Amino acid sequence: MTQINRLQGGQINRDRPLKFMFDGKFYQGFEGDTLASALLANNVRLMGRSFKYHRPRGPLTAGSEEPNAIVELRGGARREPNTRATTAELYDGLVAHSQNRWPSLAFDAMAINDRFSNFLTAGFYYKTFMWPKAFWEKLYEPIIRRAAGLGALSGREDPDVYDKGFRHCDLLIIGAGPAGLMAALTAGRAGADVILADEDFRMGGRLNAETFEISGQSGADWAASAVAELSSLPNVRLMPRTTIIGAFDHGIYGAVERISDHLHMPDADKPRQILWRITTRQTILCAGATERPIAFDNNDRPGVMLASALRTYANRFAATPAKRIAIFTNNDDGHRTARDLQACGVQIAAVVDTRPDAALSTDYQVLRGAQVIDTKGRLGLTFAEVKLADGSERTLECGALGVSGGWNPNVHLTCHQRGRPAWQDDIAAFVPGGILPMGMRVAGAATGALSTHQALVTGKEAARKALGLKGRAPKVADAEDMPVNMTPFWYVKGTTRGWLDQQNDVTVKDVKLSHQEGFRSVEHLKRYTTLGMATDQGKTSNMGGLAIMAELAGKSIPETGTTIFRPPYTPVPIGTFGGRMRGTEFHPTRLTPSHNWAKEQGAVFVEVGNWLRAQWFPRPGETHWRQSVDREVRQTRASVGVCDCTTLGKIDVQGTDAARFLNFVYANGMAKLPVGKTRYGLMLREDGIVMDDGTAARLEEDHFVVTTTTANAGKVYQHMEFVRQCLMPDADVQLISTTEAWAQYAVAGPNSRKLLEKIVDADHDISNDAFPFMACANITVCGGLRARLFRISFSGELAFEIAVPSRYGDSLMRKLMQQGEEFGVTPYGTEALGVMRIEKGHAAGNELNGTTTALNLGLGRMVSTAKDTIGAALSRRPGLNEADALKLVGLKPLDPETKITAGGHLMRADGPVDAAHDQGYVTSAAFSPAMNSMIGLALLKQGDERLGETLRLVSPLTDLTISVEVVSAHFVDPKGERLRA
Amino acid sequence: MIIHHPLLGPRDASEFVYLGAATLLDRPDPQTATPDDWHAYAYLRDNPAGPHRELWFHEGGDRSWLVVTRDTTTHEITDVALARDVALERRK
Repeated sequence: MTQINRLQGGQINRDRPLKFMFDGKFYQGFEGDTLASALLANNVRLMGRSFKYHRPRGPLTAGSEEPNAIVELRGGARREPNTRATTAELYDGLVAHSQNRWPSLAFDAMAINDRFSNFLTAGFYYKTFMWPKAFWEKLYEPIIRRAAGLGALSGREDPDVYDKGFRHCDLLIIGAGPAGLMAALTAGRAGADVILADEDFRMGGRLNAETFEISGQSGADWAASAVAELSSLPNVRLMPRTTIIGAFDHGIYGAVERISDHLHMPDADKPRQILWRITTRQTILCAGATERPIAFDNNDRPGVMLASALRTYANRFAATPAKRIAIFTNNDDGHRTARDLQACGVQIAAVVDTRPDAALSTDYQVLRGAQVIDTKGRLGLTFAEVKLADGSERTLECGALGVSGGWNPNVHLTCHQRGRPAWQDDIAAFVPGGILPMGMRVAGAATGALSTHQALVTGKEAARKALGLKGRAPKVADAEDMPVNMTPFWYVKGTTRGWLDQQNDVTVKDVKLSHQEGFRSVEHLKRYTTLGMATDQGKTSNMGGLAIMAELAGKSIPETGTTIFRPPYTPVPIGTFGGRMRGTEFHPTRLTPSHNWAKEQGAVFVEVGNWLRAQWFPRPGETHWRQSVDREVRQTRASVGVCDCTTLGKIDVQGTDAARFLNFVYANGMAKLPVGKTRYGLMLREDGIVMDDGTAARLEEDHFVVTTTTANAGKVYQHMEFVRQCLMPDADVQLISTTEAWAQYAVAGPNSRKLLEKIVDADHDISNDAFPFMACANITVCGGLRARLFRISFSGELAFEIAVPSRYGDSLMRKLMQQGEEFGVTPYGTEALGVMRIEKGHAAGNELNGTTTALNLGLGRMVSTAKDTIGAALSRRPGLNEADALKLVGLKPLDPETKITAGGHLMRADGPVDAAHDQGYVTSAAFSPAMNSMIGLALLKQGDERLGETLRLVSPLTDLTISVEVVSAHFVDPKGERLRA
Repeated sequence: MIIHHPLLGPRDASEFVYLGAATLLDRPDPQTATPDDWHAYAYLRDNPAGPHRELWFHEGGDRSWLVVTRDTTTHEITDVALARDVALERRK
């Protein structure tokens, strides 16, 4: 296994060789390599194909700004598309594949697109695939999606876990280059609580990629000793492999820590990545700067790279894409690359410098006032065509070309609160400007001060200011302080297929075309050409596009403006945002105290407002849910059934003004409810629509317990607190939710009292005389256990609800079943509960659907006119009280064999079937064992006056048309004799 | 966002539930209110670009309703008060 492009030195561990595979071929690299550096060391420059034209591509950069070297990492369920080879840390056994090519990277059939590039310019899709409209979804989009695009997901469940966490600090430092390290040392030594985060696995930033010294030490050594000192400080937390993805409100930052991406698979019990929310008082952004390319024809060939990236590969990774390299620059920094490469033994073909007055060198040839105008090489660079100052042309043989167009400070995070960057002429780049996110300072190259000395000075000063440190500042170490010497040069005149955005295949020609077609705003340019819209978000391309646009419009770059930077700084896997909230962990699952008992009975559960409730209890021999439900209903109505109703919201209301408070919250009167009595309560929203219903039980003069529906428990509690604190601030009343504190069971059916008499302690008389319908009391059960008993009924039968402290719920349920054996007691689930309430004509969630009023539900008279209550005033407005208002009715099919469907609409038997003649709709439907027929509840115009009328029930979606009779909603025991028995 | 709770200090916004404009404290007097007053109270809201007084409920905390003054353009929070105190103050 050869690494023919491996150089001497570097920060790789030659004692730890690592074997890896790219496109089915084995290679060797070293610990400390990235996938890109290891491939370059193995003389592999071709790493991918471009998005649109499928052109061969190699790495442009050595960092997270990479547009080209996008690969698929790992395999199976762990397959991870669109990963930058330039940041993927090499590990033993790493497997990677190139993307967006077929059948192979070297021969890609879709490269035919490149031949048609004249047609595939900006706006091609918008212009071409407009008509016929119907073709879009069926034909155009699938073809375009297959041809374009990046990697594909595995389609399998991700086997790894992702976590979320919170961290807090005095000072967050983003970026561990010279400025960040200096800031961290200053703040850490001063005792501040510091977090230093860096996206790289090795802290040090450019110090690891450069050859210059700090105080006589190599930059990398200085960085290593700074990191060593920082890790010894208990008040400093180092977070390598951590990208700060966004600056949010009030000093909150999002960070993605890659815990296991550099491992074959995560260690046991370790997540793959963690999404941190870091809350900090002060922040110093030391994000550095990114070099920018120059556009010229065919500048996207593998081997054409940023000059600084060549330096990084040579100095840090001891790797080079080729042994003979040319440089194309408009500034002095390009010459630094030439010197560094030469020192590593790489031959310099020439330095092509656009400046006529560029300094000459004795070590390598400098072509002053010259430009690279084209390149050659099918799958990688072989020659660069240069136009010299005198107009003549020369061909340079080279395997790589380092391009340097100057440096852009990484201002992204300074703009996440809509701050706009400012233009700085001497470096021809945007620097942080406007209003920065709260508590943020910027230091180092991110400010536009590009020397190492400036990084150390500004890093130290920013930390001192952030922490308010007084006294004389210690002197910073000696370091290089070269001034920036550059002449802006964005693209070679006359180029058409000079690439700006390599990932999205946007050329100079596309920007010119978009200008020609009238796209003047930079935001429009971006969307029309897709410049800067790829996964790299234009980190290396936006400035070039802007500069050309400004030139075409005859404006300056700052006048042209920039697009807005938004989080995340680099792409984040969706799994990381999801964290642990996957599958059943998406929200909490609430279990009632007798859940295990229900499970033992083989109950089928349904989710209701995060709770798992038993839906029905199948018995041996029952093959269809209806058999179980019908049995539960019949058995309850014939003898006794028990239903777990713990999930109903319970709110404890106490205080001398408790009655006055409830009288205001409920539409019906509560003030005169006697102690020991329960009352149905109807709660309206202020706009007059029904919010919820439940019961209010007065246990003592100043103590009520009210219930809410399961689904609305949280909402009703919030509303009651609003009324208490905001509308009745002087009332003496306190609320607390006791839903989880009490396990509660409905015991229903003619034998319910007999069953309860076996449970309730003998000193409590629950006979009909002593404990009539709607009575309530604090009692004891099973020999002294405190409990609450309410004689209320949802089923329409003689019924009670009994509540015990949660921890006794399971025992009580078992006891009820055991004591009920002689009556043939049955547990019943939510389905049977629903059937019985429909039979009884009780409104529930389906009827309280956010559009219905008390009048609609036949409860209009409950809304008191004698008192002020929430919603009373607006419930009286004319619009809600039209003569043909909907009213709750019952429905029976004329043919008892036919099915009624909830959601179906009602039409006159002889009228047209259309929306204009709609008479109402079915809210609930069930098979009624009592009626031996399907029945339904419906909201029908003037329904209360139409009993006996025959209507058509239609459901055009399911092709249903049946005849139904309007009947009273009270199918069972309309006079309420059973309740009171 | 961080909301400085008058009793509990700085708390993360994720602990709170947002309701809307604090005009909900100004419930019309049922003795004197016209239908227009009720309509305005139930439905009409300003949509300012700038400071906005609004109600937040500390659902994941002490269940206080707060009146938060927040700049809708910057999210800067300039004042936080217990809604109950605000409501009591209005009665004076």
